[in-house]
Amino acid sequence: MAHRWKNDLTDADVTPMGAYLSRREVMAGVAGLGLASMAAPVRAAGLSPNSWEEITSYNNYYEFGTGKEDPARNAGSLTTKPWTVKIDGMVDKPGDYSFDQIMQAMTVEKRIYRFRCVEAWSMVIPWNGFELADLLKMAGVQSGAKYVAFETLYRPEEMPGLRYPVLDWPYVEGLRLDEAMHPLTIMATGLYGKPLPNQNGAPLRLVVPWKYGFKSIKSIVRISLTSKQPPTSWNKANGREYGFYSNVNPKVDHPRWSQASERAIGGGLFAKRQDTLMFNGYDEVAGLYAGMDLSKFY
Amino acid sequence: MLVDRLNAALRRVPVWAVYLVGALPPFWYLYLGLTGGLGVDPVKSMEHELGELALKLVIVGLAVTPLRRFAGVNLMKFRRSIGLVTFYLVVCHLLVWLVLDVQILSQIWADIIKRPYITIGMVAFVLMIPLAVTSNNLSVRRLGPAWRQLHKLVYPAAILGAIHFILLRKGFQIEPLVYLAIIAVLLGLRLIPRARKGAGRRAQQA
Repeated sequence: MAHRWKNDLTDADVTPMGAYLSRREVMAGVAGLGLASMAAPVRAAGLSPNSWEEITSYNNYYEFGTGKEDPARNAGSLTTKPWTVKIDGMVDKPGDYSFDQIMQAMTVEKRIYRFRCVEAWSMVIPWNGFELADLLKMAGVQSGAKYVAFETLYRPEEMPGLRYPVLDWPYVEGLRLDEAMHPLTIMATGLYGKPLPNQNGAPLRLVVPWKYGFKSIKSIVRISLTSKQPPTSWNKANGREYGFYSNVNPKVDHPRWSQASERAIGGGLFAKRQDTLMFNGYDEVAGLYAGMDLSKFY
Repeated sequence: MLVDRLNAALRRVPVWAVYLVGALPPFWYLYLGLTGGLGVDPVKSMEHELGELALKLVIVGLAVTPLRRFAGVNLMKFRRSIGLVTFYLVVCHLLVWLVLDVQILSQIWADIIKRPYITIGMVAFVLMIPLAVTSNNLSVRRLGPAWRQLHKLVYPAAILGAIHFILLRKGFQIEPLVYLAIIAVLLGLRLIPRARKGAGRRAQQA
């Protein structure tokens, strides 16, 4: 069922492209006068969405390289048409679903979400997408299923980053079924009303806004319903640093850095850090973890 | 010979040129950061660019002695300036982290004692302080042979700097390992025993 969640960040928060561009020009001009520090706090508290340029030029998508700008540079080679998603495991209707077939069945809506990377930076992103719950219902989740496993495309000839053993490829992620069915959890297919750029995980990716960004797996080719907790890439690489849940939590630090605050992308050189919110500000998911020790299940 | 021509050319380069060129990067990055040239996360870019540049200069500094010994290329007169520029870049790197990135004093201290990669980076920085302080003719004269001993602190500082870089990357990444390997090779070359009264050795070394 679509439209189960209402944006708390509204259209009015979206910086129009034109305004953004003129702001940049203003900033450049001001910088030229050596007064740029005055131009820094343009984006109040990081609550208005980041620009198209920010969202599409600063990505972690290690299949295209580990630098933040590598995906924008290298992901152009990715073929996203045709695209099929294999849905299998504990479902009534397993099979290969084409992207077009999925899009015909789903209701795409706009979701403006905060996005918090485990590296302690954040953005606000106006996604277009559909609820994952709707897709799972289409496939028919069987009663014993407890988890959802996801897999990213593995195509070395188009993904230069796969040459390096940064992670155990292909990238895999997972959610508990109740997390997957939550109305906040979406499969994003677009950005600012346009199709999702390759570097952001085209043609469809997961977005779980209350978890660290790496949970929101990109360019998904397989979704499996399972009874056991599936392995997840960063957890396999370093379980001490990256847990299965990886909920945004200012009180549980990453072993190598604090998670109490974040740098909101777009504030420029002199922006103040802002406090990180529990569940990235999405308190409505707290019930999913009632009674769990979140410092143990990080 | 090529080496002779290179050495002749190097003799004509004034040392102040190294200081001048070395002083520029932080200002250049500041300019880029203010005008959008460092991408959408200028703080991290600046922090990382300065750190990597400092590590590259550590390598250049460590290469001076082996270059002279094994290749006959004489950069000795630039060694102090290379070292001091390296220290200056490390200080700028540290300042970006303190002032623009972490910002919060209590958290800075917590990071230094709690986070191994920051602890290691800070140790490397602290090891460099006496080196920078004694990089002048007066100290060389006053300390005598102890000066050479003291300045061997650059070896652990270099290794710690490379480890600092390795630890802050996510997953298994090759680039920081390359830095550590180069530093290890440059330090390893120093273990090769010198022939007594070898031709490459001169009294002017300091």
